[in-house]
Amino acid sequence: MQFFGGSEISPSPPTPTVSGNNAHMMYVFNRNGVCLLYREWNRPLHTLNAQQDHKLMFGLLFSLKSLTAKMDPTSAERGNLGVPQLPGQGCSFHSFRTNTYKLSFMESPSGIKIILITHPKTGDLRESLKYIYNLYVEYVMKNPLYTPGTPIRSDLFNTTLDQYVRSIA
Amino acid sequence: MAPPGPRSGDAIFASVERVNAELFTLTYGATVRQLLTDLEEVEEVNKQLDQMGYNIGIRLIDEFLAKSNVSRCIDFKETADVIAKVGFKMFLGINATVTNWDADGTCCNIILEDNPLADFVELPDTCQGLYYCNILSGVIRGALEMVSMKTEVTWLRDVLRGDDAYELQVKLLKQVPEEYPYKDDE
Repeated sequence: MQFFGGSEISPSPPTPTVSGNNAHMMYVFNRNGVCLLYREWNRPLHTLNAQQDHKLMFGLLFSLKSLTAKMDPTSAERGNLGVPQLPGQGCSFHSFRTNTYKLSFMESPSGIKIILITHPKTGDLRESLKYIYNLYVEYVMKNPLYTPGTPIRSDLFNTTLDQYVRSIA
Repeated sequence: MAPPGPRSGDAIFASVERVNAELFTLTYGATVRQLLTDLEEVEEVNKQLDQMGYNIGIRLIDEFLAKSNVSRCIDFKETADVIAKVGFKMFLGINATVTNWDADGTCCNIILEDNPLADFVELPDTCQGLYYCNILSGVIRGALEMVSMKTEVTWLRDVLRGDDAYELQVKLLKQVPEEYPYKDDE
């Protein structure tokens, strides 16, 4: 049995069939760890309640970012592990892949984190996440009825997002 | 692959939706006028304009980042430059220059070459203490706060008050590092 490496992934999730949608879920966080948005398209298994799940995801990203910056062999100046960094300081990861899913991550200097979880065979989604950030600006930030820092409740945003995600993933 | 550098202010200005400049100027004028009527005190109006600007700034930063491709703002000097060269161009269509850095690089002045907010405006004698464009300083403060820079923005020169240019002083108070937002015992 092989746990690490190996080009063929096993068990592999079903290859996407229905309407080309192989995105599992998406999270949007702000700098304070508030989950602004959670969308779920295909997630058969839930192990935690929603709040714990969001916290776990945010914590994972926060630690992973600090770890990747610490591991950076190209940068001379890097703080100790766990020492708070300024936004945008140090390098950051943009995706990781397991045998069953791929997590793509983007963070803006204003602290908005966008996380998209898709089929492990999905390609580079960095441009797509940027586009989603643009959608967020147009549909959420420019909406006068939206109070910054609160969960997003916008059907229009959700519909547009669903459509877009279906087209990429 | 190196990430694409920031887009130029001109390029963004050309690609975004714009409103008629006069409509914009007159709407802003009407807003200030209404504030003067409602709040009566000039000092209060200054405060209110700053607050309105702040509220705009904390939203506008995301639009700025999304459209300009700026991916980091760590260095205050670089940031001030981007505000002047890209920010002002992108949202107001004007050019601005950064001058007068202090020795430790935490304080600079931004000079606006033109100011569309103040077209057609004359301050009457009763409003001499008014910082007519105080909304701009609020916007900068709000936007920078969202990228973790606490700043203080004040007007040094204002054509409406008899000076020969519009000049803003931006002073960096502190940069706030990112912290883990949850408490352990939650």
